[in-house]
Amino acid sequence: MRKVTLVQVGIVTGLVLLLEALCLAGVIDKITMPPPHRIVVDFVRLMIAGKLWPEIGKSMGNVLIAFVIAYVLGILIGTVLHGYKGVRDTLDPLFATYYAIPVFAFYPLFIVMFGLGDGPQVLIGILLGVVAVIVTTLNGLDRVPQVLRKTARIARLTPLQTALRVTLPFCAPYLLSAAKLALAYAFIGVIGSEFIMAKNGMGYEIGYAYTNFDNATMYPLILLILLFSIVMNGVLTRWEKLLLARRGMA
Amino acid sequence: MSGDHVTLGGVVKRFPARANGHAVHALGPIDLTIRKGEFFAIVGPSGCGKSTLLELIAGLLPVSEGRIEFEGRPIAHEIPDGIGVVFQEDACFPWLTVRDNVAFGLRKASLDGAERTKRVDDAISMMGLSEFGNAYPAQLSGGMRQRVCIARTLVAQPRLILLDEPFGALDQQTRLLMGDEVLRLWRETAATVFLITHALDEAAMLADRIAVMSARPGKVIDLVETDWPRERDSRIVEREAFGAITSRLWKRLRDESMKTMGRAAVS
Repeated sequence: MRKVTLVQVGIVTGLVLLLEALCLAGVIDKITMPPPHRIVVDFVRLMIAGKLWPEIGKSMGNVLIAFVIAYVLGILIGTVLHGYKGVRDTLDPLFATYYAIPVFAFYPLFIVMFGLGDGPQVLIGILLGVVAVIVTTLNGLDRVPQVLRKTARIARLTPLQTALRVTLPFCAPYLLSAAKLALAYAFIGVIGSEFIMAKNGMGYEIGYAYTNFDNATMYPLILLILLFSIVMNGVLTRWEKLLLARRGMA
Repeated sequence: MSGDHVTLGGVVKRFPARANGHAVHALGPIDLTIRKGEFFAIVGPSGCGKSTLLELIAGLLPVSEGRIEFEGRPIAHEIPDGIGVVFQEDACFPWLTVRDNVAFGLRKASLDGAERTKRVDDAISMMGLSEFGNAYPAQLSGGMRQRVCIARTLVAQPRLILLDEPFGALDQQTRLLMGDEVLRLWRETAATVFLITHALDEAAMLADRIAVMSARPGKVIDLVETDWPRERDSRIVEREAFGAITSRLWKRLRDESMKTMGRAAVS
């Protein structure tokens, strides 16, 4: 293991041990947070019991749908916008200030419009992620060297072929960064919406457990979300590193 | 050698004014004929429009006035079939292996699998890259990457090869050796080669004819025939005539380069 990785693992382990000690010593009381070893035990118990699997499946399904739509839509819009400088210039201020808009404020409106189902949750996940993907795609496309575009023209590729075979592959590292952002936003959008108002889902269950002082459900679910998020992010980061290494940039 | 391959008649290129700028008369008028199968070079001071001229012939830019014909057909707004270009900048696709980079040149050609593989293999071995087929460009030196780009151009079997200062980024030794490679390929493929360069010795060593361009707006101010035999290599630099050619080129270019430098000092 590399030295940096060792230090990183050391820091995380140290923090968990510190938390464990603080919980066991009573500095953090049991109602606020059980000690980490207890959370792990509860986590295993909850997973074996399987009662919450439908909730987990529902939330993860919605996260996946929101991620895929935000990602594909973002790349499409980014690629098309790149060819229309005027439209892009007009939209740039919106992109620059977009994340100052509290998208969650529109959630009640979406519920009125679409009902208390999965739709508004997925929509929030898409709305949060799509602009990050558009901006990152544009950023990547701006960096495609002119000479590669000329090479595509000499090979007499159509604009669509140029996008699929030259410009988007060049942007692959940027598109992986965009995927990480879209995934994080999909998690935030879907789970966050379930917290605020929903009939089911992981966020709903966490909120329900919270109001009932059910730490044995709440903390394992939080741990599960963390694990999902870390594993998926980790896979994308590894992939990104592989691509950059091929290009001599890692 | 027989017949005209590329003809330029009264070719002018102007770039329209951008915000806060003036329109730029980049080139011309230029009248020029490139014969089929010859090695033709263009030298000129920097900023004289050499690369613009190449892009006009390649069909990458439209002419403002005049007419360019390739094999008797006018070039207008579209890239003609049968033309290959090697650029000065690294044009390798960094995400593709050497083999896939070379095969990219065949994207549009309608060939069956076996013929494709054979053509790619031939182009790779012709450029001495056989051992590096599965390598990525980042693992290769600048000279090798340029050879990948040349192989990618050759695989499409172009009848006209345009070289835009292809050795500009390489060291002198590599440049001489690459010059030998290009001469060999020119003989083996029987293609017409059009080379843009700022290096007078490179033009004098490689070309059958050399056009000297003036400072901007670039016009042809001299046309030098080298009379070299078709079988030649970099050792030609030892010949007495080589010195005479480079000094003639420099004589024509010195004043033009001074103009460019003077303009740079003023602007």
